[in-house]
Amino acid sequence: MVDIVKQPGRLRRAPENFLSEAEVKAVGEGRRDFLRKSFLTAAGAAMTAPMLARASEGDANILQNPEWTTTLGQPVAVRPYGLPSKHESQLVRRESPGLTRVGAASVSFAPLQGMFGIITPSGLHFERHHQGWYDIDPARHRLMINGSEPAFVKQAKVYTMDELMRLPSVSRIHFIECGANTGLEWGNVAVPTVQYTHGMLSCSEFTGVPLKLLLDDCGVDYRKARFVLAEGADGSSMTRTMPMEMVESGEVLVAYGQNGEMLRPENGYPLRLVVPGVQGVSWVKWLRRIEVGDKPYATKDEAVHYIDLLPNGQHRQYTSVQECKSVITTPSGGQALLDKGFYNVSGLAWSGRGRIKQVDVSFDGGINWQATRIEGPVQNKSLTRFNIGWVWDGKPAILQSRAIDETAYVQPTYGQLRLVRGTKSIYHNNAIQSWKVDESGEVSNVQVL
Amino acid sequence: MSRFSRSILVLALAGATSAGFAFDHYKGIGRQATPAEVKAWDIDVRPDFKGLPKGSGTVDRGQEVFEEKCASCHGTFGESNEVFTPLIGGTTKDDIKTGHVKGLSSGDLPQRTTFTKVATISTIFDYIQRAMPWTAPKSMKPDDTYAVLAYMLNLAEIVPADFTLSDKNIAEVQKLMPNRHGMTTDHGMWPGASAAKGGIGNGGKPDVKNTACMKNCKTEVRIGSGLPDYARDAHGNLFDQNRSFGPVRGIKTGGAAAAPVVATANAGSGPLDLATRSGCMACHGVNNKIVGPGYNEVQARYKDQPDAAARLALKVKNGGQGVWGSVPMPPNGEMKDADINTLVAWILSGAR
Ligand code: HEC
Ligand code: HEC
Repeated sequence: MVDIVKQPGRLRRAPENFLSEAEVKAVGEGRRDFLRKSFLTAAGAAMTAPMLARASEGDANILQNPEWTTTLGQPVAVRPYGLPSKHESQLVRRESPGLTRVGAASVSFAPLQGMFGIITPSGLHFERHHQGWYDIDPARHRLMINGSEPAFVKQAKVYTMDELMRLPSVSRIHFIECGANTGLEWGNVAVPTVQYTHGMLSCSEFTGVPLKLLLDDCGVDYRKARFVLAEGADGSSMTRTMPMEMVESGEVLVAYGQNGEMLRPENGYPLRLVVPGVQGVSWVKWLRRIEVGDKPYATKDEAVHYIDLLPNGQHRQYTSVQECKSVITTPSGGQALLDKGFYNVSGLAWSGRGRIKQVDVSFDGGINWQATRIEGPVQNKSLTRFNIGWVWDGKPAILQSRAIDETAYVQPTYGQLRLVRGTKSIYHNNAIQSWKVDESGEVSNVQVL
Repeated sequence: MSRFSRSILVLALAGATSAGFAFDHYKGIGRQATPAEVKAWDIDVRPDFKGLPKGSGTVDRGQEVFEEKCASCHGTFGESNEVFTPLIGGTTKDDIKTGHVKGLSSGDLPQRTTFTKVATISTIFDYIQRAMPWTAPKSMKPDDTYAVLAYMLNLAEIVPADFTLSDKNIAEVQKLMPNRHGMTTDHGMWPGASAAKGGIGNGGKPDVKNTACMKNCKTEVRIGSGLPDYARDAHGNLFDQNRSFGPVRGIKTGGAAAAPVVATANAGSGPLDLATRSGCMACHGVNNKIVGPGYNEVQARYKDQPDAAARLALKVKNGGQGVWGSVPMPPNGEMKDADINTLVAWILSGAR
């Protein structure tokens, strides 16, 4: 009996269920001895005699069948469009206070700290809007394709959703990451959890038509038109330039499907561009127009923003690729390990240059590394889940992950990145993330150089 | 051979021929865009000014337009930090000479304003025409776009107060932009051809090189930075941002400044939805000031005034300033009176 009680998750309930708020705070602050003592008192005081008697026989959840085992459940289609369990209210998109001033030109972050595998549930996909979002009427949405010179296309064309959805489609899994993801952390640690450090990251199966097919259909002059401008239908009519080479590779999609359903309005319903491996700003939402041209466009989001400041005062312009990166999501900042013993350390890796080849994890701040198990099949320019077993001995530790992609590029340290780019780049921070575990089990965000 | 199978054969042959065509051309899909349609949507302006509409505007006219349509969010001098980072400031006469904004390398800039960064004036013209004013994008006529741009260039001391900006001289003005030489494309993060092959950048060569060392990779672990206490608490209670079961729990932190759950958008047609659609929420919070007062403040001020509804409806329609400060509310003349009345009644009843 005594042995069972000591094992978490057996008869003992997690601390928040029997400690007062002040006591949990004390635990959070690292007074673990206190936890042990107060568990004993809490158990003594709160458990009534019959409960104690039962506890000695075993777990009440087993000994007494709960109502879901002993009564009738709900019928089908009570919720025609299903919803997550009512117990899952914690893991939702959130804003970072103070990051932006107005909600319609802002960001909400995906709760990576509690997500599994590689697919982002569409309702948890991160958001970035510049001029608010709309739920556009698909019957009134149009896609136009034209040239900066009329001669660059045989015919400028207009397509309806009806027409686009008749064309041959492909479905592919790709990550999308905002160029400013982890941007708050260039200079120093700024935010507490992986939701805010890395949550401008999502991954979905997208369904749509390769843009190449549409450009062929319009008769694009590929010798002259080497740049492509994409434009949105929202108030900001976001525009971004991309290279024709990417379109020619067949990877760029004009997508309407996301994870088996239509795109969500926040993600560009009914039509968005998918530009695998490239920062999210190029994945123009509510896509209304594609222009082929012979020069890049220096649009607001490639001439005022999404430019990377270097220490010499120059800005790098047209930086677009999201380089190889990874992060441990469980355990991660702002969480506490419940006890010593075994944990499955799990995280995500991705690269804008192709497939992930290997992910290594260190538990000692980067002195020694071990290869992790990569969950396959590994997809091109997609999130990739890695896992590794770890027995926590109750001593301080620093957890890191380091990804390597198929080009043999190894994810850099903060020290290496800052040497070249300084600390004011805002964009494209792909440094190795470190999580410090202290003796209380609290995990916090630190930067190892 | 039965009649039935013969007809199948005929169908199959017909199918084979038309399939041959379908591969070169997706018949029946898409149609030619009319010249008027292309003109309506093709509004982009490139750094070589391809796409620039004809027109002109003076600094003086620009000041009028700016005060009417832009100042409420960007400040009279483009200096405001309330709604977005400042447009103007941080550039010097010397920067205009060199084409490099010195503050970017010296570290003297408290904040990077738009004009400290942008190298191409085409970018700003394109953007204002496409997206500003924020709550009424694509409402600017070319002449007014030239005018506000002339005013902004004057604020940044790039052109004199008697200047007229036009499609004829804008290319010359671009050669005076304080950060015109401030961009480099010498990097490996362009996903297309290199500059040498007609594209951009170095063809994908990374700028850092880590190695996949596995054992005894260094002798000490240098921590550059840890989470400051205020930051630990600045995102609300992390306990509520993690599952209540599983391998870990969120730690208890924060309190007041909880990271707001992104409000589920009101899909219905309630007043909040109307206010959001009408652009009011860009400047008013239900419980907080943004550019204009919070609705709670408005309600508190007028709660004992029975005639307030009519007066406020008129104010919303015509805009105005002076009650809450010097920042004006732009007019909402295009809105239906019934909608304005709904919103004002909703605000006065506590915006719930
Ligand atoms: C209701 C508030 C509001 C009004 C009115 C407004 N703006 Fe803006 N402006 C914004 C916001 C918010 C942004 C940032 C949008 C984003 O994040 O993409 C912005 C961005 C800009 C930018 C780009 C700045 C940068 O560094 O990215 C320019 C230039 C600009 N506005 C000019 C104007 C002009 C000119 C007018 C008047 C014709 C105007 N604005 C009216 C809110 C406003
Ligand atoms: C560009 C920013 C902006 C927008 C958009 C905006 N307001 Fe305002 N609003 C203001 C400002 C600034 C004031 C304060 C004016 C003053 O001091 O007289 C104000 C004041 C008000 C007041 C109080 C007026 C008074 O005299 O006390 C009401 C009511 C109001 N707004 C409602 C609305 C509604 C409804 C909408 C949408 C249809 C809206 N506002 C859109 C900026 C804005």
